[in-house]
This record gives sequence, C-alpha cells and structure tokens, in this order.
Amino acid sequence: MEVLKIATAGSVDDGKSTLIGRLLYDTKSLTLDKIEAIDRLSKKNGLDYLDFSLATDGLVAEREQGITIDVAHIYFSTPKKSYIIADTPGHIEYTRNMVTGASTSQASIILIDARKGVIEQTYRHFYINNLLRVKEVIVAINKMDLVNYSEEVFNNIIQDFEELKARSDFKDQKLTFIPVSALWGENIAEKSNAMSWYDGQTILEHLEDLKTEDFVEQTQARFPVQTVVRPKTDEFHDYRGYAGKISGNSFHIGDEVTVLPSGTKSTIKEIHFFNESFKEAPAGSSVTISLTDDINVARGDMLVKTSEVPNEKKLLDATVCWMDNKPLIPGAKYVIQHNTNSVLAKIDKVEGNVNTNPEVVSQEPNLKLNDIGNVRLKLSKCIFADSYNSNRANGRFILVDTQTNTTAGVGFIK
Amino acid sequence: MNSILNQNSLESEAIYILREVVAQFDNPVLLFSGGKDSISLVRLAQKAFYPAKIPFPLMHIDTGHNFPETIKFRDQLVEELGLRLIVRSVQDDIDRGISVEEKGKYSSRNLLQTNTLLNAIDEFKFDACIGGARRDEEKARAKERIFSIRNDFGEWDEKNQRPEVFDMLNGKIDIGQNVRVFPISNWTELDVWEYIKRENIEIPSIYFAHDREVFERDGLIWTASKYVYKDEDEITKTKRVRFRTVGDISCTAAVESNADSIEKIIEEIRDSAISERGARIDDKRSEAAMETRKQQGYF
Ligand SMILES: Nc1nc2c(ncn2[C@@H]2O[C@H](COP(=O)(O)OP(=O)(O)O)[C@@H](O)[C@H]2O)c(=O)[nH]1
Repeated sequence: MEVLKIATAGSVDDGKSTLIGRLLYDTKSLTLDKIEAIDRLSKKNGLDYLDFSLATDGLVAEREQGITIDVAHIYFSTPKKSYIIADTPGHIEYTRNMVTGASTSQASIILIDARKGVIEQTYRHFYINNLLRVKEVIVAINKMDLVNYSEEVFNNIIQDFEELKARSDFKDQKLTFIPVSALWGENIAEKSNAMSWYDGQTILEHLEDLKTEDFVEQTQARFPVQTVVRPKTDEFHDYRGYAGKISGNSFHIGDEVTVLPSGTKSTIKEIHFFNESFKEAPAGSSVTISLTDDINVARGDMLVKTSEVPNEKKLLDATVCWMDNKPLIPGAKYVIQHNTNSVLAKIDKVEGNVNTNPEVVSQEPNLKLNDIGNVRLKLSKCIFADSYNSNRANGRFILVDTQTNTTAGVGFIK
Repeated sequence: MNSILNQNSLESEAIYILREVVAQFDNPVLLFSGGKDSISLVRLAQKAFYPAKIPFPLMHIDTGHNFPETIKFRDQLVEELGLRLIVRSVQDDIDRGISVEEKGKYSSRNLLQTNTLLNAIDEFKFDACIGGARRDEEKARAKERIFSIRNDFGEWDEKNQRPEVFDMLNGKIDIGQNVRVFPISNWTELDVWEYIKRENIEIPSIYFAHDREVFERDGLIWTASKYVYKDEDEITKTKRVRFRTVGDISCTAAVESNADSIEKIIEEIRDSAISERGARIDDKRSEAAMETRKQQGYF
C-alpha cells in the first residue's frame, strides 16, 4: 500500500493534537481501548466531549507540562493509503523538531488559529517548508467555530498568506487552504454544514487524492555505496557487489558510471535485489550493484552516470539549521556526513542568521540552537555534491560534533 | 531477468537501515524474540546482504517461560540460514542471584528480561542491537529514533535524543554507549502481516487459531500453564484462540479467533478493535508502563 508522510506545524494550542486525533477517530484508526482511555481522561479533566488531543500526547513529561516536546510519529490508514504523521511542536525554540519532521515528509499541514490569523510563527513554519522544498502544503485554518464560521475571516487569512507565498522562491509548491474546526470535526473527514460557502475538499479528501509517486524526486541518479558485499562462498567466489540506495533516477544494466571520488570509470554489470536481478532499478530502491571491472570501491564512494558527474567541492556554501545547545561559531570543526561519506569540516564563516521573518537577516556571527543561517564550510577533502534545490538527496548533510558525537546541525547546499 | 524493480518503500528503508548498521558498527546483534517482527527482520537482513550471509548473530533473551512452539521454530530458522544464535537466560541470572523473581498474581519475567539483556550486551560488547519494535505499538515508542542511543546503564534519555533528519543516520557513539536500532520503526502491524504473506515467511503456529486450555482474568485470556499464576477460583476451559504477540507466556494474552491462515489474520486485524498492546498485561499496569520500562533499558 502507498505510504504518505505528513508533517504538521502550528503554534501551541492552535489545535494540532486535536486535529490529528480527529483524523484518527474519523478514519476509525483509534482502537476501542484507546477511545475508552480518551473518554476516561476527558471525564477526569471535567470535559463533556472527547478530547482528541489525548490520542497523541505521548510522553509523561509532556502530559505533565501539557506540551509536545519532540517529534512523534502517528499512524493511520484508509482503504486507499497508509499515513504517517510527524507531529512536530510549534514553539519557536523547537525549530529543530520541525525541520526533523518536515525532512521525512512529502506533505505538510500548517495550522492557523482563525482568531489570530497569520502570526510571526506562521512565517517560520512556512519558511521551513520552503527551505526543505516540501511540495504540498495544506494550510488548515482551525477553530472556525470560534469566528462564527466566517467566510470573510477565512478569505482575509488566505490573502495574508498569499503575500508570504509571493516572496517565496519555491514556485512549484502547492498551497491549499481549508477552513476547519478540529474540535467538532468540520472539514476534517466530513464536509462542514456550518461552512456551506466552502466548496473545496476536506483535509482527508485532499490527502487521499495525493499520489505518493508524484513526490519521488526526478533528477540525476546517484548511488552512495553503503557497504561492499563479498560472500566468498563457492557459488559466489569472486562476487563483489556494492550495496546502497538509489536516489534521483534509475540505474540500468549497461550504464556507464564513474566512481567518485576516484573518477574511475566502469559499466554496470548487474543489479541485484536479493536472489533476483533486474535490468533497471528506480530511485528509492535498495539494491546491490556489480561492475564489469574489478576496481576499488568502498563505503563512502558514490556511483554516478558518467555524463552526470556532480560538482567537486572543497568549499561549501549552505543554509544550516542549528540543532545543538553549543552554538556554531567560526573556526569550529565538525564531521560533515554527506550521504555515506564523512569528512572533516571547518566553519569558515557564519554569514547571517535568517530570522522568523525571512526578509530580516541579522548579521550574527554565530548560530544558536534553532537558528537558521548562512554558513561557509571548508572541507578537509573534496565531496561531490549538488545543490539541494537541484538534487535533494545529494544536496544535504549533517554536522556531527567531534566531541559529543551528537548531530549538531543539518545543511542545505546552495 | 526481470525488467524493472518495484520495491516497497518500507522494505527499501529497512534494508537501508540494516546496511547502515553493518557499515557503522563493529559488533552488531539482532535481538530475536521468535515473534513475527523479529522473524521479518531476519528476512530483511537476508535480503540486505545477499548473496553473503547475514553478517551478525542473533540473540534470544530467554525468559524461560516460552511457548514451546517458538523455541522449536527459532532453532530451525537458525539452522536453515546457518546463523549464529546466542541465548542468555533470565533463569541463569535468577540462579546466580543477579535477578529476583517477581511474585503474585501479575508476576512476569518481563522486567527481569531487561537485566539479562543489559548483562549480555556488556558480556559481548555489542555496540548495536537491532530490534523489531514499531512506532505504532505504543505512545512512548512513537518518539523512538531509528538509531536510539543508550548509556552504559542501558537507559534511554528521551529528552536528549539526537535529531534524525532525512534518512541520515548518525551512529557515532562513545565507548560504553550502545545503540538500539529499529529498522521497521515505520511499519504497522498490518504492514508486517502483509509482508509475511507476500514473502511467504514461516511463523510459529501459535499465531494461528488453535484450541488451548485458557482462563479469563480482567477481560483477557490467559494460557493455563505452570508459568502463569492462577487463583483457585479461576476456571480453565478450552477455547479457540490465537496470539497476536509472542512473548513471555506469563504476560501474553490470547485473543479468541478462528483465523487459521495469514489471509484470515489480515482480515481479522483490519477490523479488530483491540490494539495489539492491549493484549499485553504489563502495559496495562499503568499508562506510563512502557515509558518507564524503556528508560530502564527495556527493549
Ligand atoms: N473551539 C475550538 N477549540 C479547539 C479546536 N481545536 C482545538 N481546540 C482546543 O484548543 C486547545 C488546544 O488544542 P490542542 O490540540 O491541544 O493544541 P496543540 O497545542 O496545537 O496540539 C484545546 O483546548 C482544544 O480543545 C477547534 O476547532 N475549535
């Protein structure tokens, strides 16, 4: 079955948990014992309706503080599709979680409280979706019941949002505005009677119509080698295969390929998946590729078509989202992990800190936790990378702290 | 030869993760419970490294309270694939005085399993333990990373997890730390069953409907066994049941079912109203049961 991954973004109390809980309930994804638990807890909290936000609120610490503190993954399915929602919290200080959630998602839902309209945090949510190139964005204008289901309020918010969109550099992004009441289930899975002026789709209808294959990136093919398969058995005595996951586009038997960084050229002899071989394997497949020549290929190397070799880079300009408590400062050294390859990187320059409002760029010389900024890195060895906007899989990296080993930041190559 | 490969995205993701484990760690192990999730993991590992053998051993943390069917099944699988199996048992730790048996009506060896697991990780110096946990199983699992770092005491610090962006997995750890790896994190129970069907994977017989001596308590169905505490007034009878998870016999409840084939099981799950974990008594002990156990190093 098709799997669609969705990220959510909204400020605290905009109704994100309620909306997700509602989707689960309306698609009959909540089991009886969960509904009973929600009922029990709702009553305990003195409510006379089911508080669907309880369906998703995960950890004890969160229940105590009444907030979502990390990315949680929520599953539901319809006869048509499986869905995975990355529930990402909306506080400004949790940008890193939002980036994390959006990084694995094909579509995203941005929530707006109809009473508040487009606020500063909306700018940031939208900016992150643009930065990550999330193609499909649903803007759910929630709590319509609290503004008398007013069409005018809805239209005003759309207008404000269109202004944001006009300034974005990602023209392929699709925006869909849907007026909803998560609490009362209006336009979530069922059409709202209270908003008969709205003739568009409900959130679920819209999601059901999205085709997951439309989200597979079509660009130049890349094959980062994860590990070398050498069985050394009688049957496969001289077999040497390269295991990895294809990105960008298909590889075929007979393709002329270049191994990077060495630049050695060869031809694809076989493409294996388990005990079967294939003429062609598309982007997204985990396969094992063997070459016609006996050459030296190791983890961290990348096979590309000889006619499509990416740029060799020793100096990287990137937009970096910082995820560590220890700020990113010029001169610091990190390990940069780019696909399966790792090299040392020195922070050459931190050129500016993108603010909530993308037009305001401050000139801070460092990036703090949850900052997004422009960074230049000097690498100890060349890497073969694309720009994120032309090849997402080969245009991103993470920075790993050499002392704590933590993933300190994520970068999008310019 | 086939023309175009059409791979399921969950399968390619799981295989990608298994390959990252082998590339990034020195001494990985697959934690094998004998249940359908770990059996599926073994198949995925076979596919990931074919035509080479699976390049890591399996380890079973044996509570001693097993369904005999699952042990037989385990040994056959290991033999067939020529794998190395390590067994570490809770009973040994009890005998050596490292663990103390729980007593009473709700006693089980599930908590003791954590102890034995941590000792085994220490003994073999495993740096990565591959497990079949899924994020759809339980609230606390929903926050788990694919590479989940544990400290020397096996503890999970859920507030300080490394961000995992895109498919990039950072397996760098300090000496003494280890990583729990969950390749089928994004699968649901139904995804696993559909995989078992598609791949024609054999699973232990207790997953299928069969007649069994059982008794009821708290609305759940328990196996009558010397390992399961039973009050005198709890009366056993024969029922047609099957198990949705396979664990310690003393804390795995059965469900009434006539599903005696994979197809019927899939159908049953599709319209089932009890979540899978609802059939495990140790989670019912408290809302936060799983989270507490995880923080203590439970798998
Ligand atoms: N009136 C009304 N209240 C809502 C709606 N959606 C959510 N709420 C309430 O807003 C509060 C915050 O919702 P919650 O889902 O926890 O917000 P989150 O912080 O974004 O996850 C709760 O009291 C909800 O009951 C809605 O559509 N209408």
